[in-house]
Amino acid sequence: MAHFKKPEAGSWTEHFSTLGTEPVDYTDSIDPEFYEAEREAIFKKTWLHVGRIERLPKKGSYFTRELPVVNTSLIIVKGKDEVVRAFHNVCRHRGNKLVWDDFPNEETSGTCRQFTCKYHAWRYDLTGDLSYVQQEGEFFDLDKNQYGLKSVRCEVWEGFVFINLDPDAESLEDYLGEYGKGIKGYPFHEMTEVYSYRAEIGSNWKLFIDAFAEFYHAPVLHQKQAVKDEADKLMKVGFEALHYDLQSPHSMISSWGGMAPPKDLSMVKPIERILRSGLFGPWDRPDIEGLEPLPPAINPAGAVPWGVDEFEFFPNMSLLFWAPGWVITYQYWPTAVNKHIFEANLYFVPPKTVRERLAQELAAVTFKEYALQDANTLEATQKMLETRTVTDFPLCDQEILLRHLHKMAVDHVKEYQDAKAAS
Amino acid sequence: MPKLPAEFADLEKFSDWCLPTEAERYAKRLDSTMAQMQELYDATMPRLEDACAFGDKFPLDDLPEDVRSLIHLMQSLVMVSFPVEVWKQPRVPDSGAAWAELYVEPVV
Ligand code: FES
Ligand SMILES: [Fe+2]
Repeated sequence: MAHFKKPEAGSWTEHFSTLGTEPVDYTDSIDPEFYEAEREAIFKKTWLHVGRIERLPKKGSYFTRELPVVNTSLIIVKGKDEVVRAFHNVCRHRGNKLVWDDFPNEETSGTCRQFTCKYHAWRYDLTGDLSYVQQEGEFFDLDKNQYGLKSVRCEVWEGFVFINLDPDAESLEDYLGEYGKGIKGYPFHEMTEVYSYRAEIGSNWKLFIDAFAEFYHAPVLHQKQAVKDEADKLMKVGFEALHYDLQSPHSMISSWGGMAPPKDLSMVKPIERILRSGLFGPWDRPDIEGLEPLPPAINPAGAVPWGVDEFEFFPNMSLLFWAPGWVITYQYWPTAVNKHIFEANLYFVPPKTVRERLAQELAAVTFKEYALQDANTLEATQKMLETRTVTDFPLCDQEILLRHLHKMAVDHVKEYQDAKAAS
Repeated sequence: MPKLPAEFADLEKFSDWCLPTEAERYAKRLDSTMAQMQELYDATMPRLEDACAFGDKFPLDDLPEDVRSLIHLMQSLVMVSFPVEVWKQPRVPDSGAAWAELYVEPVV
């Protein structure tokens, strides 16, 4: 029995008719050749979120970003003109990595007036121009204008800094499309209390998106996290989303969330009752502008029991809005066909009191308990997919975002390969 | 030298749980037995409400050292709450080799 209304077609999946309802082939998650193609066709051509603007508070603030999936390291810097720019982190003299601290492979950040290479002290200003060459007279007709840092497309949307390795890519705003427009105005800039997690995961990057883009698993995998009665009830009811939407290549799921605050206090753990917080975040909304009313793309069904929306910005960024007024971003950075780095950032409005601080602590701790459970199934899935004993998997209507994600990956790769073959 | 405010002297024997960072609290959780965590939980849980009320008398960005320690102790209570209330073990069940590092955190 459906608890929430589905589209007229009878299911979300059939409503988006290009998806089909057949079982889905997961070769795209285990085939090394497909992975190499994805790096070119997807990661070198789409907009990738690399950090929040708050990491660049001043003129001259910078951070570096290691991006093995596109085989580069980037410097993201705010110039004297307040413009945020991105450069390949490579010195034009003899290719040393320009910005790093003690360990060349570790990311770093700071503030400076110019970048000076550790090797022979060539200097670059904040716009990437080569400004100084040590013993310039020893070179042969060196035109400094020809040796600026290699720049990379960099644009900022609502404080989220994105880069794109494709110089011909459409603008970030166009890329984010309807969702970008519909989310605009959410008070992200107020949410500067940050918890950043990183994990190495032994699976293809898409499998972790799969794990977070459906909540069909929640009553089962996370069963023990609810008190017994609640867990039993959740198992019986199962999971149904309030709403799904696709704006290819992006997609979203909107879910209810009765836990913030719960109707029945006996349904949550004792510490949640005292701190008034849990998986859905602190129950008491922060006192800031912009949460009421919410931007139109959030809670598209206009449902009263709404709890969380998750937007999947293709390829590797998820943005979650929780009803009590905080957000999470997830990112999935492939390092091999069967490995990736997972990053999660939790953003809260800075707490004003000890009580608010502890409520956020509980939300952050709870997040990690869930995430570890989610992460751990992935390696098992990857290993068994790699046996190729089974290749096609029947996905249900609550797994529509997975169907869409794998189709997007396959379509992007095919389009890229067709274009290459034609040229 | 007591670490905690005089009003919370009864919790002084748990002061090795006054740890400022998540990494330290998580490591101590993994190093502890359920009996140790249960003892901490049973002692601190009834004082959590008091600790919030006490801490709220001070500005969060300018806490006296002993109040800061009290908050760190309560953060440890939060850290052990999952093992005590649900897991019945220090580790997240079925989390096997999964590991996540908190590399940016607001420290009280
Ligand atoms: S490699 Fe950078 S100055 Fe020589
Ligand atoms: Fe989950």
